Amino acid sequence: MKRVLMICAIITVLTTVGIVYVLFSESFSFFQQVSLWDFLTDTKWSPISTEKHFGILPLLSGTLLTTFIAMIFAVPMGITIAIYLSEYAPKKFRYYIKPLLEILAAIPTVVYGFFALTVVTPFLQGYIPGLAGFNALSAGLVMGIMIIPMISSLSEDALYAVPKSLREGAYGMGSTRLQTSFNVILPAASSGIIVSVILAFARAVGETMIVTVAAGNMANLTADPRETVATITAFIVNMSTGDVPQNSIEYQTIFAAGVTLFVFTFLLNSISFYIKKRFQEKYD
Amino acid sequence: MEKLSIKEKKLEAINLNVFYGQKQVLKDVNIAIKANTVTAFIGPSGCGKSTFLRTFNRMNDYVEGFRKEGDIIVDGKDIYQKMIRVEELRKKIGMVFQKPNPFPKSIFENVAYGLKIQGIKNKKLIEETVEKSLKQSALWDEVKDDLKKSALSLSGGQQQRLCIARALALEPSILLMDEPASALDPISTSKIEDLIWELKQKYTIVIVTHNMQQAGRISDNTAFFYMGDLVEYDETKKIFTNPEKERTQNYITGRFG
Repeated sequence: MKRVLMICAIITVLTTVGIVYVLFSESFSFFQQVSLWDFLTDTKWSPISTEKHFGILPLLSGTLLTTFIAMIFAVPMGITIAIYLSEYAPKKFRYYIKPLLEILAAIPTVVYGFFALTVVTPFLQGYIPGLAGFNALSAGLVMGIMIIPMISSLSEDALYAVPKSLREGAYGMGSTRLQTSFNVILPAASSGIIVSVILAFARAVGETMIVTVAAGNMANLTADPRETVATITAFIVNMSTGDVPQNSIEYQTIFAAGVTLFVFTFLLNSISFYIKKRFQEKYD
Repeated sequence: MEKLSIKEKKLEAINLNVFYGQKQVLKDVNIAIKANTVTAFIGPSGCGKSTFLRTFNRMNDYVEGFRKEGDIIVDGKDIYQKMIRVEELRKKIGMVFQKPNPFPKSIFENVAYGLKIQGIKNKKLIEETVEKSLKQSALWDEVKDDLKKSALSLSGGQQQRLCIARALALEPSILLMDEPASALDPISTSKIEDLIWELKQKYTIVIVTHNMQQAGRISDNTAFFYMGDLVEYDETKKIFTNPEKERTQNYITGRFG
């Protein structure tokens, strides 16, 4: 029995190692043909047109643009929900609403994508002139809705874990609930909240279906949220579903883009892991 | 025990009954506490002494199922009246808890907290108050050079004196202490006790304690609680040498508890 368990663990580890190996070996042959310098500084991305450019910047900007829109929307919202649930909501309400929020996270992302494309974009077009049919704004907003439960749920855990004695200390000095929440509880839970935000950020960077469906697939170096953009993930999807011959340079771009994404999320996860270890306030 | 005139009464409970849900934790308690005295509440665990202490600044309001009958009078006013703002009340009544609970902020910010939430922005006034409060709580000499350090880096005894300074910064007239030394070592405990003795000049202090010697050392009057009843309330000297009730005698002499 012990051996079965060990094999399960080994399979998981080996799969991870395998993925990383394929990613790096395929992109290694890519970088033999395209210099890393060009990859990082060229402002055009057109691997399948006749005039080929392999600059990752437009894809990176698309990824960051949609991610930032999502974060601007989701961070204040998620933390507000967390404070409400932990400090204000009656116990019973919290007991029922928390699992409900987590269900939001279980909606397939392709559904979110269609929601963005068929509901949010037409709605916003009524108010924002020049909003393209596929645009970074609605994709980002809907992605924000998707990561709210992640932020609110993890932040709520952090807030709820702040010891009762701190709350009593603040109330005992005549703090209102609002002052207690913002001046005492929130700072005390800050490490947990920052971790939740970073994990949500990593989730948004790696999110695929929403941006593929709603943001379009046009590599575009822009900061204008009304425009059509392509994210790294959306590019990978479109390339993988097309019919590019194996071992061609076009095929290898998938892996180069994949490595970029991998490095990005890996860094974010490492930072959050570090913060969790280093800054967690110790209460006994 | 001497009868107090209305003016002399700082704190008073009249026919107080307290319930948590179905359970009655305090039964018909009557007490009057004189200004500028130290009053100790003693009794075995679960006798209701902490609950009683917390009715004076309404800290029980957050306990689910809390209900009370009878009145709590502070400075001549019924504090459970609707028009009383509980935040204002708590600014007048400082509280120190069993476990030191400094905020995860700097030493300075901890003491300045009470002023800042009241919207006071005058830097000089805040600095003066922080210094004065830390001096009053006998912590100033130990921390004056690292006021910016995290309060969590202090020892347990220092943290507790910081919490006292934090309460004093609001210039309350009453200090409620819920077993303030029970989590501390003997040296820190004696520092806190000396402090209580000095603070008596300016404040009315009520202290819950498990430690009978402590009650004997620091209090003017002692109230003995048992199973929600206030069994005996008298001068500490009398309670410890010649109590009227047998139950008090048994508890004091360590026959149960």
